[in-house]
Amino acid sequence: MRITQGTFSFLPDLTDAEIRAQIDYALAQGWAISVEFTDDPHPRNAYWEMWGNPMFDLKDAAGAMQEVAACRKAHAGIYVRVNAFDATRGFETTRLSFIVNRPKSEPGFRLARQEADGRNIRYTIESYAAQAPEGRRYE
Amino acid sequence: MNTAAPEGIGESVDLRSLLADSHVNEVLDELDAELVGLKPVKARVREIAALLLVERARKQMGLAGGQPALHMSFTGNPGTGKTTVAMRMAQILHRLGYVRKGHLVAVTRDDLVGQYIGHTAPKTKEVLKKAMGGVLFIDEAYYLYRPENERDYGQEAIEILLQVMENQRDDLVVILAGYADRMQTFFRSNPGLSSRIAHHIEFPDYAADELEEIAQKMLGQMQYRLSPSGLAALREYIPRRMAQPHFANARSIRNALDRARLRQANRLFARKDQALTREELMTIEGEDLRASRVFA
Repeated sequence: MRITQGTFSFLPDLTDAEIRAQIDYALAQGWAISVEFTDDPHPRNAYWEMWGNPMFDLKDAAGAMQEVAACRKAHAGIYVRVNAFDATRGFETTRLSFIVNRPKSEPGFRLARQEADGRNIRYTIESYAAQAPEGRRYE
Repeated sequence: MNTAAPEGIGESVDLRSLLADSHVNEVLDELDAELVGLKPVKARVREIAALLLVERARKQMGLAGGQPALHMSFTGNPGTGKTTVAMRMAQILHRLGYVRKGHLVAVTRDDLVGQYIGHTAPKTKEVLKKAMGGVLFIDEAYYLYRPENERDYGQEAIEILLQVMENQRDDLVVILAGYADRMQTFFRSNPGLSSRIAHHIEFPDYAADELEEIAQKMLGQMQYRLSPSGLAALREYIPRRMAQPHFANARSIRNALDRARLRQANRLFARKDQALTREELMTIEGEDLRASRVFA
C-alpha cells in the first residue's frame, strides 16, 4: 500500500529534476528547506528524524539537493521527505512537504478493533512494517 | 534537407545578438564607468566575458567544451577594489548564464573555520551551500592556513573547499582575495589550491591622478563638491598621504573625505547664527582638508 502523505503523494515519484524545481520554487518564496527521514509510516507520526539542520539563507537548490542525495544514500530503504518552512509572521509553519524517497515495498496497515464499554468498538491502525523494531523495519 | 546538423541547430551563430541578449555589455560599461583605473582587471574581466559568450555560441552549435573553470584569485593592496570587482563579477557571470543566481557570499576565516574538533566541516559546508548558484568570495584567504599551528582547523576547511571547487564547478565560483605577498606564500604552501584557480588577477595600486578621480566620484555620490581651494588641497594631500605608512588606496581617500566632511560640518556649525546656502552645505573648502595631520 502506497503511503500518501504530504504534497504530490498521489503522483508518481518525483524525478530529481522535479524535486529540484520544487525546491527552487520554495527558495524563491523565501522558505527554508529541511530534510527528514523515518521508518514509521503511521500518518500521525508528525515528527520525523532531522537530517542535519534546516538550511536557511539558501539561494539555489544545489545545496539542498546535495543533502537530499546524502540522506537518500544513508537511508535508501526508508521514507525521506523535504520540508519547506515559512518563517513569515502569521505563518511560521511548514508550507510545503513532500516525500522524496520510499521503501521498495510498503506492507500497509492493519485495522485493529478493540472492544470497549458495552458493545462499542474502537478502531485504530497499525503499520505492519512498524511491528519490527526500529531500524529493522524495511530490510 | 540538410541532415548533417542535428535538429534545431543552425549553420551560423550571431555573437552580436548573443551579446545583446545577455545584457553583459551594460555591466561591463558600468564597470568601466564606475571603476577608475584597474586596466589589467578590466581587460581580464572582458576576456572572461568573451570566453563565456563564445562558449555559449559553441553550445548552440552543438559543440561540447565542458564548463570552463572560473575560480579566481584577486591579489592587491588594501583598498584597490577587490570586493567591488567581485560583486560585479557575480553579476557578469549571472548575465552570461555561468552561475544560476548571481549572488555574492562574502566570508572570512571566521565563517569557515570552527572552534573545536568536528565544528569546521559543517560550518564550511553550510557556507558553501549558501553560496551555491553564486559566487563565494573569501577575503584574506591566507588566514585559512596557519603553518605555525599544525593542529589548526583551517586545513580542514581548505580540503572541503578544494573538493567542491573540483567537483561542483557549475554550482559555484570561488574567488580568493588578499594582499599579494601573503597570498603568494599561501598558494606556495597549498599547491592544490593554486592549480585549481584558473585566473590569478592582480589589482595594481592607483596613481595619484586616479585617486583624485576616485575622490571626485565619491564626493559626487555623497552630493558634495570641492571648491577650487579644496581641489588644490586635495592635489597636495594625495601624494603626501601616499608617502605615509598604512596607505590603503581608495579606502584612505574615503576616510580622508569623511574626516573633511566632519570638519566642514564643524566649520559651518561654528557660525550658526547665519543662514546657510545650498552651495555652502555642498562645498568642501581647502581648509577642511588642510587641517589633516598629513599637512602637519
